Amino acid sequence: MIVRIMGEGQWEVADSRFPELNKLDDELLEEMEGGDEEGFRRTLGALLDAIRQLGEPLPDDALEPSELILPAPDATLEEVRELLSDNGLIPG
Amino acid sequence: MSGVMKRMGMIFRAKANKALDRAEDPRETLDYSYQKQLELLQKVRRGVADVATSRKRLELQLNQLQGQSAKLEDQGRKALALGREDLAREALSRRAALQQQVSDLEVQHQTLQGEEEKLTLAAQRLQAKVDAFRTKKETIKATYTAAQAQTRIAESFSGISEEMSDVGVAIQRAEDKTAQLQARAGAIDELLASGALDDHSGLAKDDIQAELDRLSGGTDVELELQRMKAELAGGPSASQQAIEGGTQDQAQSQSSQQSSHPRFDKQ
Repeated sequence: MIVRIMGEGQWEVADSRFPELNKLDDELLEEMEGGDEEGFRRTLGALLDAIRQLGEPLPDDALEPSELILPAPDATLEEVRELLSDNGLIPG
Repeated sequence: MSGVMKRMGMIFRAKANKALDRAEDPRETLDYSYQKQLELLQKVRRGVADVATSRKRLELQLNQLQGQSAKLEDQGRKALALGREDLAREALSRRAALQQQVSDLEVQHQTLQGEEEKLTLAAQRLQAKVDAFRTKKETIKATYTAAQAQTRIAESFSGISEEMSDVGVAIQRAEDKTAQLQARAGAIDELLASGALDDHSGLAKDDIQAELDRLSGGTDVELELQRMKAELAGGPSASQQAIEGGTQDQAQSQSSQQSSHPRFDKQ
């Protein structure tokens, strides 16, 4: 599956790796919804690191749609919340 | 799973789908519809072929019946020639029964022919429609693919624009580093000039050159002393001599300047 880390690029991650990534991802969502900024930072870092380690980076000129998208490493909890609201990402 | 990854991806795709106004891939739907039309066309064509076969069979039967009818007519003529009117009558009555069958079959044949023509026309019209659909389908598919590519590009671009800020930071970093290096180079120049740093590039004066400079400087002093002594010893005509001496002085000082030139050049 192709995962984009916003501000960094795309990684191709084997499907078999997803159970462990999903665990972190679900944790991240919980922390986001619970407003746990510190936990959010820690989990986001761990998740991004895991993708960078497990995935193969896609060349910059590849034009593949990302199936999964992750916020930039320095995104704040508030920004991610904004992205996930209806007005997020591409307006309109 | 409904983690952040998936939800962000879903929002991206939702936006993309909104742009395309489709939840499913219309290319598949179009291909499926085209397939169905081809199947229908195939059925119509098979129908036409079936009707044509029936028509041919009827034609064969008609030929056969007409052959028998001709034969009976011939037999009747022969019977009459032989004076067998009874036989001739029998032959002609059988022929009449056959003629009835023939005319029935002819009606059937005409009906089938009309049917066949209608079906052939329908098949041709359907063929034209299917062809038109195929062209339209390909156009729609191409448009869809282009729209999808645009969405992908938009997605990639939003990623790229994110990345542009990173590039900006990298350029800033490179500029900072350059400025730092320039500042350092400037500082080194100053330190070398002030003599706080030893220069190993050989551009500055070495010990020998310094000694030579000192010596040549000393020679100038000696020359100056001699010239002054000569002036003082010159007495009343000293002013005239002084003018001449001035020109001499100028020449002298010029030559001394020339002699000192190589020193500046070496620096």
